Amino acid sequence: MSAESVKKVSVATVWLDGCSGCHMSFLDIDERLIELADVIDIVYSPLIDNKIFPEQVDLTLVEGSVSSEDDLAKIKKIREHTRLLISMGDCAVTGNVPSMRNPLGSEKILQHIYLKHAPSTIVPRLLSRVLPVHQVVSVDVFLPGCPPSADVIYYTLTELLAGREPDLINYTRFGK
Amino acid sequence: MSQHITIDPVTRIEGHAKITVQLDESGKVEDAHFHVTQVRGFEKFCEGRPFIEMPSLMARICGICPVSHLVASSKACDALLAIRIPPTAVKLRRIINLAQIMQSHALSFFYLSVPDLLLGMDADPTKRNIFGVLAQHPEMARDGIRLRSIGQQIIELLGGKRIHPAWVVPGGVNEPLSAEKRSQMLAMLPEAREITLRALTWFKGALSQYQEEIASFANFPSLFMGLVNDSNELEFYDGHLRIVASDGRVVAGRLDSLQYQTFIEERIENWTYLKSPFYKPLGEQEGMYRVGPLARLLVTERCGTPQADREREEFLATYGDACASSFFYHYARLIEILYASERMEMLLNDPDILSPRVRAHAEPNQLEGIGVSEAPRGTLIHHYTIDENGLIRSANLIIATGHNNLAMNRGVRQVAQYFIKDAHITDGMLNRLEAVIRAFDPCLSCSTHALGEMPLLVQVLNAEGTLVDERIR
Repeated sequence: MSAESVKKVSVATVWLDGCSGCHMSFLDIDERLIELADVIDIVYSPLIDNKIFPEQVDLTLVEGSVSSEDDLAKIKKIREHTRLLISMGDCAVTGNVPSMRNPLGSEKILQHIYLKHAPSTIVPRLLSRVLPVHQVVSVDVFLPGCPPSADVIYYTLTELLAGREPDLINYTRFGK
Repeated sequence: MSQHITIDPVTRIEGHAKITVQLDESGKVEDAHFHVTQVRGFEKFCEGRPFIEMPSLMARICGICPVSHLVASSKACDALLAIRIPPTAVKLRRIINLAQIMQSHALSFFYLSVPDLLLGMDADPTKRNIFGVLAQHPEMARDGIRLRSIGQQIIELLGGKRIHPAWVVPGGVNEPLSAEKRSQMLAMLPEAREITLRALTWFKGALSQYQEEIASFANFPSLFMGLVNDSNELEFYDGHLRIVASDGRVVAGRLDSLQYQTFIEERIENWTYLKSPFYKPLGEQEGMYRVGPLARLLVTERCGTPQADREREEFLATYGDACASSFFYHYARLIEILYASERMEMLLNDPDILSPRVRAHAEPNQLEGIGVSEAPRGTLIHHYTIDENGLIRSANLIIATGHNNLAMNRGVRQVAQYFIKDAHITDGMLNRLEAVIRAFDPCLSCSTHALGEMPLLVQVLNAEGTLVDERIR
């Protein structure tokens, strides 16, 4: 890391159980990504190759709900090492579509797909219930939407980078 | 002592996965696997819901290719309504589907794989990403951002939203195209073409640096499958399935995609949530097939647009003998973006494209419906049954990425055996294990599903009631 990039705000983006639409919406900020790259340093993300969550991250955007034992371990670790945690999109905020399996339970889902032969080695076990992120760890900013639009994500990030609390009431709503 | 290497998570792919490599006592690769670690259950929790919800609900399978699911799902719903949708609606659906091909391929190529291809497989892993490309080759990063953006803007102009638009519906689309939006789209396409041609020129020039990757990135004989039209041209929306072997032999010239259950079978493995389909008549070994951009270029006789055809012919003339290497998925992806830009322009210039007749209305008239289309990553199948009230009784999805599972696993093993010679492992070797997966561009949030109307478990019990054999159909 160069001396210059040390001053940048460190940002992580995490994809738990979701469709990656929120990450795509983040990329939909298009050319604004270039300006953003001057002030933030993406230190952990599906878009980069770092496999280990860094010791201290300023700001983490979390897409998706908490659905497997891996998700659970991951989000707890991320919370410990993140200053500001943002639930990005409806799956992180409410459980949304992934939680539609909750009335059935994970066993029924696995049985339906694999009958008696559900994969059980190396793959993480599913939790019995899909949970929104704030039910597992504390969340600092909620950013609803399916997905939140690129403009909303950009606004939220730039407000936070400027040290202000984003007021999202007029910008987004669930499912929008 | 034998040793295991685990790459967890695989990065710069669209989904949750890990790779494991098993070494023997002398440090030689014994085996390697690609594990998909997410399963979601759409085919179960949609049961009992109104069929009309399916396009919007199923689109949530994937935020990268939601339009593919909208299209395949809506086609399955058209079949439930037992209607033929207006011709203009077909053309509009084709345009949004091609815009999706453009944006998704641009993501795969520029954002996820150019870091390997331009900065190098052995480049500093902290810089080997789109931001590293931006810092060192800003023009390439800008091209990628712009090309993806053009695809996304066309989706937004048609569907009102870039991700999860609700515009494609059972019976057609829910709003006609305006002249103004058509002009906006037509104005962007020449730039998309210029960017694509620039990328193609660069990629072709860079290929000589990747001889080892071409040799080892899932480079083996297999079958290839994709939709073609009646003239055996590239087709993304309709048509029939064609299967060819890597030596060019036509294995099945004209398969009815609605009969997919008669020729696709699949295997469950204990170590991955992704099932492994194969071409049933030839069995698991010989029946391994690949889908997606490279497969589509190989199953067609031509693309059907001038510039894409020129590029396809040049590709086959230069690399035809080695075309079984999955490294060429990147090449094929660029040719398909070119095709998409040309084809969208043709469709937008169609005299009927502004017609206000874009949706047919009906009640359900059939209890079973299948919709098939080509998604960026390959053939996509949605298959629903409903009850008399239009509530979903069963849903089955065969997702593009799943078709490639056997080839991806064998590709990971091939790369491991090619590059790992002893227990001395470098970052570049591990990155190549991921890069072969990136060449396939798997979309894993999509890929786990149930096959068949209902999978059938057959158990053979002896006279005492003890299980002696069981199999799944």
